[in-house]
Amino acid sequence: MAHRRPVSVELIGRTVADLVDRASFEMPAGVEDLYAAMRDRENSGTARYALGVLVDNAAIARADRLPLCQDCGVTIVFFDIGQDVSLEGDYLPDAVNRGVRDAYERLYLRKSVVGDPLVRKNTETNTPCFLHTEIVPGDRVGITVYLKGGGSENMSFLKMFRPTASVEEIIDHIASCVIEAGPNPCPPLFLGVGIGGTADVALVNAKRAVLRGVGSRHADPAYADIERRILERLNATGVGPLGFGGASTAAAVYIKEAPTHIATLPVALNLNCHSLRYAEAVL
Amino acid sequence: MNWIQIQTPLDDETVNTLRTGDAALFSGVLYAARDKAHERMRRMIENGEALPFDPRGQVIYFMGPSPAPPGRVIGSAGPTTSYRMDPFAGTMCGAGVKGFIGKGKRSAEARGAMMKCGAVYFSTFGGAGAYLSRRIVSSSEIAFDDLGPEAIYRLEVAGFPAIVINDIFGGDLYEDALSKRG
Repeated sequence: MAHRRPVSVELIGRTVADLVDRASFEMPAGVEDLYAAMRDRENSGTARYALGVLVDNAAIARADRLPLCQDCGVTIVFFDIGQDVSLEGDYLPDAVNRGVRDAYERLYLRKSVVGDPLVRKNTETNTPCFLHTEIVPGDRVGITVYLKGGGSENMSFLKMFRPTASVEEIIDHIASCVIEAGPNPCPPLFLGVGIGGTADVALVNAKRAVLRGVGSRHADPAYADIERRILERLNATGVGPLGFGGASTAAAVYIKEAPTHIATLPVALNLNCHSLRYAEAVL
Repeated sequence: MNWIQIQTPLDDETVNTLRTGDAALFSGVLYAARDKAHERMRRMIENGEALPFDPRGQVIYFMGPSPAPPGRVIGSAGPTTSYRMDPFAGTMCGAGVKGFIGKGKRSAEARGAMMKCGAVYFSTFGGAGAYLSRRIVSSSEIAFDDLGPEAIYRLEVAGFPAIVINDIFGGDLYEDALSKRG
């Protein structure tokens, strides 16, 4: 039997709390520079001003320790758990929820989770959080905390294409979704596209896609080219930053593909607002 | 940017001068209310009860702040998506509200109700909650504290920025943006 590396569940919970802290007040490196560069490309005064506000907002959030957005989001946690890890201690989701509850209270973050979707009573803890777990080779635990606001989450899309659909049809569809969403999800967007899998897999992949890394390119040149074409197309829609008009509708497009059934071609979209809030750690 | 200074409450004279695309800096009082608060206010109006504030000429800001850290007036305080408040636009305009600040598109019905009553829809900078927090001078919860972030807040603002999306003449900045695509 392989060596099992013990990892404390309490430590995982505390790490999740630390990652909520980092993600709430500071966007990943490179995002603010991206907005400054986009501002210089805009012709409209309102678009330029709006992008300047986003840069200022990031600086104020960091300096004043105010959340980037008052919608501090639901807490989504992606775990990559090495199969040679032995989780020691409490039940993992309980420890993670404790970490989230502690962070939202201690850091003055808005609690936006209601316990029942129809009764709609606030749980006052921002829990439960939402966990996605994968078992991976090795003896490490990878943790990514992703904070997602309701305004952009409401602009999620899933379409089951015919398997013979062309890339052009898919790009047309994505552009029409982004136009339909318009100002609601707070563009410039970081757009995650899940292609393939089953309907549910495509939606999760769309979420994971935006966490690939600011400035990264898809490893497969064919997909990298599709990402580039989608980005160009979105920036020609006219939606612009916050929907005020202009060329800065999207900051980046990330595709995550998966094998699928001969009869299916799911395409899911995760529209992340300009406030890209995630942080990662490896234990 | 050419900013127009606006003092609340809004009067018809000011409303008549505002056009889609204008940039406004608000000073005075805004009332923050979102989903559940609107549901309750509509019920109160339907039952003939007085609202927690006099709505005539007021501007409602669709916003639920993050908690104020010690020593601060308010936490992050950016707009929430406005279309969720569309079903309440007619009632609120009928009660005399003259302006709404949020983000995102309004329904045809909500736009129609605003035009009929002479109310303007503004958008401020979505997701810029830390930035907008600095334009809020004071904040107090005035009703529905059981709703937490969805309570009604009375906000005193100074130089609070917003762009006119829908004026009372049928203009729509979001539609204008799409017509300029390409």
